[in-house]
Amino acid sequence: MSPGAITYQALFYLFAAGIVFSGLRVITARNPVHSALFLVLALVNAAILWVQMGAEFLGIILVLVYVGAVMVMFLFVVMMLDINAATMRKGMTRYAPLGLIISGLIAAEIGWALWGHYLGIANTPHTAVAPAGISNTEELGRALYTHYIYVFEIAAVILLLGIISAIVLTLRWRPNTRRQDINQQLRVHKTSDHMRLVDLRDNSRGRKES
Amino acid sequence: MQHFAGYFVSAWGAIPAWVQYLLFTLGKILAIAVPVILSVAYLTYAERKVIGYMQSRIGPNRVGFRGLLQPFADVIKLMMKEVVFPANANRYLFFIAPVLSMMPAIAAWVVVPFFPNGSAANVNAGLLLILALTSLGIYGIIISGWASNSKYAFLGAMRSAAQMVAYEIAMGFAIVGVLMAAQTLNLGQIIQHQSGAFWHWYFIPLAPLVVVYFVSAVAETNRLPFDVAEGESEIVAGFHVEYSGMAFAVFFLAEYANMILVSALASIMFFGGWLSPFEGIPYIGAPSAGWLFLKIGILLFLMLWFRATFPRYRYDQIMRLGWKVFIPVTLVWIFVEGAFLIVHLPPWFS
Repeated sequence: MSPGAITYQALFYLFAAGIVFSGLRVITARNPVHSALFLVLALVNAAILWVQMGAEFLGIILVLVYVGAVMVMFLFVVMMLDINAATMRKGMTRYAPLGLIISGLIAAEIGWALWGHYLGIANTPHTAVAPAGISNTEELGRALYTHYIYVFEIAAVILLLGIISAIVLTLRWRPNTRRQDINQQLRVHKTSDHMRLVDLRDNSRGRKES
Repeated sequence: MQHFAGYFVSAWGAIPAWVQYLLFTLGKILAIAVPVILSVAYLTYAERKVIGYMQSRIGPNRVGFRGLLQPFADVIKLMMKEVVFPANANRYLFFIAPVLSMMPAIAAWVVVPFFPNGSAANVNAGLLLILALTSLGIYGIIISGWASNSKYAFLGAMRSAAQMVAYEIAMGFAIVGVLMAAQTLNLGQIIQHQSGAFWHWYFIPLAPLVVVYFVSAVAETNRLPFDVAEGESEIVAGFHVEYSGMAFAVFFLAEYANMILVSALASIMFFGGWLSPFEGIPYIGAPSAGWLFLKIGILLFLMLWFRATFPRYRYDQIMRLGWKVFIPVTLVWIFVEGAFLIVHLPPWFS
């Protein structure tokens, strides 16, 4: 193997090991904030692997959306709530069988996909390599907006539904709160808009000047 | 001399190709990172001078000729100071936080083109890469606030996290406008699409997006008037209140490196990057890195000017501006721009 290929392989195993390690630390770390940070590390490692395999758009979007926005919100909540790890571990034995079944299913699915890969797909030559000069982003855009346009639109509508329902669920109108209406505040121009002049009698007569 | 140079060339030839590549890449990285750090040093000097003159003061003038060595004096002073670890602070995270805020601010420069074909890495999705890297900078702030185990630092981190997430969306939409106009994510090609004299640049058809981008950029870098994350009057110094010495200096460095980065991005996306405003005229019409640096300098001066002019925003007003003003403005303008694209509005979209 050429030195370039060796470096490629070494980097692949480095970052793959990074994913496995940080994934394990997500579920074993005692502090929830540490768990969230290890999840960030796992996502960054996954993004690097994607970029290494040529899926630069997906890798960068993974960092931008999951690391840059979703996990920030996640950390935000985890830091604000004082989560007690001990009470969270209470139901461990009760939920363990269910967890084992689900993880077994996932492992089986991954194994099935890989097995199929080794049996059939690996023998056929790679046909999906994009010709030089066409960027990853452009190809993905083409696929999403032509072949998969309906699926894409349906996913977008579902996400919009999620946003609106989250807002509706948390929206509370309390009648007696004093809220600031910024538009009203900005409309203040003259002194008489926000100030009332009161004519005060001189009450100081007869008192000693201090 | 001739002999020495010949010896050097033969020594270079003897190195295996991949080591040559490694050394060459390392050289490129240094050629970008060192000037960035030096300009950060002089940006702090420029800030103190500019704001000084705006407030009828002279600013630093003791160290060196007209205070020109002041940044180095500051750095040496900060290096001599002890880095204090607060009791009950999380040691690893406390140490890693300044590094995490510094890394993206320097790393993002790798795709910035300084002159035609003059970027360290010509990445196709360069604009997205910068956006993704700068969105990582927030971790430095959040982790520093949490790991310090201090209420003020924590409050600062929370404020800054909410603010940066809010303005990142508006900033992302402004960038969507640019990539609709240029039809590419490659920074060099974005500049080439704007070639022509200055009325070909995107700041005219994308005027509302320029304003949104630049104001969001000021907010993203936690600069005044959006610096509630530091808010001296309420929470002392915000997220870096527990940091001292070089650890503090690294946060400082990251903030200023980010300022230069967002100014560079604004000049590349909206003001034609290394293109000359007088294209077509001989000699001064030639594209060069000087034009880029001039544009970056003007935008940086604007940022300093903001600081000297505006009072700090109230926190709920910051949130309102980000969510309720900027995001609708960008959404509307993306539709307007779509109409421009359909009618092939000259000279930008023909």
